[in-house]
Amino acid sequence: MDNNFIKEAMEDEERLARGLGWFSIGLGIAGLFMPGRMAKMAGVDDDEHEGTIRFVGLREIACGIGILSQPRPAGWVWARVAGDAMDLALLGAAFTSDKHNRAQVCATTVAIAGITALDLNCAQRLSSKSGSKGGAVHVERSITVNRPPEELYNFWHNFEGLPRFMNHLKSVKQSGDGHSHWIARGPAGTDVEWDAEITEDKPNECIAWRSLEGSDVDNAGVVRFERAPGGRGTVVKVEMDYNPPAGVLGAKIAKLFAQAPEKQVHVDLHRFKQFVETGEIPTTRGQPAGRPSSTSKKFDEPVRRGF
Amino acid sequence: MKANCWYGKHDVRVETVPDPKILNPRDAIVKITSTAICGSDLHLYNGFVPTMEKGDILGHEFMGEVVEVGSAVKNLQAGDRVVVPFPIACGNCFFCEKKMFSLCENSNPNAPLAEEMWGHSPAGIYGYSHLLGGYAGGQAEYARVPFADVNPIKIPEGLTDEQVLFLSDILPTGYMAAEQCDIEPGDTVAVWGCGPVGQFAIQSAFLLGAERVIAIDRFPNRLRMAEEKLGAVTLNYDEVDVYDALEEMTGDRGPDRCIDAVGMEAHAHGLAGAYDRVKQAAMLETDRPIVLRQAIMCCRNGGTVSVPGVYGGFLDKVPFGAIMNRSLTIKTGQTHVQRYMRPLLERIQKGEIDSTFVITHRMNLADASKGYEMFDNKEDNCVKIVLKP
Repeated sequence: MDNNFIKEAMEDEERLARGLGWFSIGLGIAGLFMPGRMAKMAGVDDDEHEGTIRFVGLREIACGIGILSQPRPAGWVWARVAGDAMDLALLGAAFTSDKHNRAQVCATTVAIAGITALDLNCAQRLSSKSGSKGGAVHVERSITVNRPPEELYNFWHNFEGLPRFMNHLKSVKQSGDGHSHWIARGPAGTDVEWDAEITEDKPNECIAWRSLEGSDVDNAGVVRFERAPGGRGTVVKVEMDYNPPAGVLGAKIAKLFAQAPEKQVHVDLHRFKQFVETGEIPTTRGQPAGRPSSTSKKFDEPVRRGF
Repeated sequence: MKANCWYGKHDVRVETVPDPKILNPRDAIVKITSTAICGSDLHLYNGFVPTMEKGDILGHEFMGEVVEVGSAVKNLQAGDRVVVPFPIACGNCFFCEKKMFSLCENSNPNAPLAEEMWGHSPAGIYGYSHLLGGYAGGQAEYARVPFADVNPIKIPEGLTDEQVLFLSDILPTGYMAAEQCDIEPGDTVAVWGCGPVGQFAIQSAFLLGAERVIAIDRFPNRLRMAEEKLGAVTLNYDEVDVYDALEEMTGDRGPDRCIDAVGMEAHAHGLAGAYDRVKQAAMLETDRPIVLRQAIMCCRNGGTVSVPGVYGGFLDKVPFGAIMNRSLTIKTGQTHVQRYMRPLLERIQKGEIDSTFVITHRMNLADASKGYEMFDNKEDNCVKIVLKP
C-alpha cells in the first residue's frame, strides 16, 4: 500500500473541492447582487428571471460555505451537482422561449455542463474515499503506547492474544507455519471465519497479513511499531482493508464492518494500550447502579463497541 | 447497599443497589466512612452536565476502610484507612508519569465519547457523567476503587475523618488553583467564589506567599468565613461593581492573580446575567462564563487567571483579545489530586493546614437528597456538607 500516493490523491480532490467552493461563493454573490448582469451574460431575459437568479445565487453561497467549512465535503459537492442539474433544466426551459439570445444560452449551457462534469467527478472521488467503495473498507488508525516497540511487537505477534482487546474477535488459532485461523463475531449471532497468512514480518517493526482464498471476509492489514521520539514509547499504526463477498450475507457483513470501522479500530487500539500499559482493561461492567443495568445502554455500551 | 443516585434535574435519591465487586485485578473495595457533596455535584444536580443516566451513583469525595483487594494490589490490605482521589489514574501512562494524573490516558473506558466533545479524553472520575467514564461514585456505603495500588493514600492514626476527607478533592483543588498562579512576593490575588474550593484557594494563596487576597461572593456568611478564618479582604458583588472596586484596591493596575472558583453556573445581576441564562436555557451555550469574563478583564497585564471552576463545553463571548493583547496566562484543569495528597497530608499532620472550618453541616447519607437541595439553595448558611453512611 503506498501511503503517500493515497494522501496526495486525497489532497488533490480536497483542493479541487475548495476551488469549487470559492467558485460557488463568487458566482453566488454575483447572482445575488447583480442579477440583471448575470441574466444578460447567460442570455436570458433579465426582468423575468431576476428572482430565480437571486435564488440560484443564495444556493451557490450556501454550497460554497458548506464545501469550505467541511474537511471532506462530499455531501456539499453532491449538492452542487444537484444545483447544476437544476440550472441545466432552467436553461433547457430558456431554449423554448423566443425572448432569449439562443447563442448565449447555448454557450452558458455548455459552460454549466462542463462544471457539472467537474462537480460530479469531484463528488464521486470524495465519496469513494470516505470509508467504503463497493463494500470494500480501508481503515488507518494509530495510537501512542508508553512501552518499547520490542514488547508491543512480541505482544501482537501472538495473534491468539488479540481477542483480549479486539471486541469483534472471538478466537485466533496459530498453526506454526505462519498460518492462522480467525473467528470473528458476525451479523445476527453468526460467526465469520477466515484463514490468514503472514506476508511480512520484521521483528520489532511490522507485521503484515492477508486472508487466504475462501474467506468469509477478504482482508489484509499491517501493523507498524515506530519508536516515538524522546523516549515516549511507541507509535502503533494499523492499516486494514476488508472486502466482504457479494450476496445477502456479504451485504450484512459489509454493513457490520463498515458501521464505523475507524472507530472500531480506534476502540480496539485504546483497549490494546490500556492492557499493555496497565495490565488490565478499565471497565464499569458489573458495578452497582440505581437501575437494572450496571452500565448505561445509551452511553457506555455503544461507545465501547466502537459506535 | 445504600447509594445516592441521580435520576434527573433536582432529583437525587438514596436507593438500595447491589454491593460493588472486584472487577479487575488492580481494584479494591472501600467501606465508606465519610463522603461529601461537592459544589461540582450541583452542576449534575442542576442538569448542566451532559451524558448523565438515571441511576448513576454520585459522589467523588470519599474515604473509608479497605475491605477487599484485587489480586494485583500488594500495597493495601483489608483494614487500611484510605482517602480516595477523585480522578482515577493508572500510574503507567505518559501523563501519569508526568504527574498529570487527571489526564490519565487509560482510566476512561468511554474515552471516544470525551474525544467527540473535547478533542481528547481526560481521566475517568467517580460519579461524574459517562463522558468521564460512568464510574459509580462514593456517596454510598461501599465503592469500587480501580487502580487501587496507585490512587488511595493511607491515613496514619491520630487524624479524624474530617481532618483528611478533603484531600480527595477540594483541598488539593484550592491548592492547585493557587499554586498554578505562580504567586510572587507582594502579589494581590483575587478569588471569585467563596465556596469550599474558593476558601482553600484563599488559604493556599496565603501559604504560597500572597501579600493580600481579595475574596468575592454575595453570601455574607461565606465572605465572613474568608475574612475571619483566613484574613482575606472581601467584596460583595451585590453591593459594589467588582471591576471598579478591584481597580481602586490595586491602584488602577488590577489583581496580579485571579482565581475563578465558580465555573459554569455563575450568577450575575442585570443584563449580563440574563444574557447567559437565556443562552444557556436555549442550549446556545453550555456554560455561563460570567466570572471567567470578569476575571480576565480585571486581571493585571501579564497576570495569571487560574480556573479551578468546572466548565463543560462551549462558552460565549470570552474576551480572548484581552488575554492576547495583555499577555495573560490562563491555567486550568481538573486537579492532579495524587500529586498533592502526600504533601498536604503532611501539612495537616503538622497543623499548618486545617480544612475542617468549611464544614457547616453533618448529615446521614440517607438524607442526601435534602442535603443537595439545601446546598444548592445555600439554605441555613450551607457551605459544606459531610455525609455519614
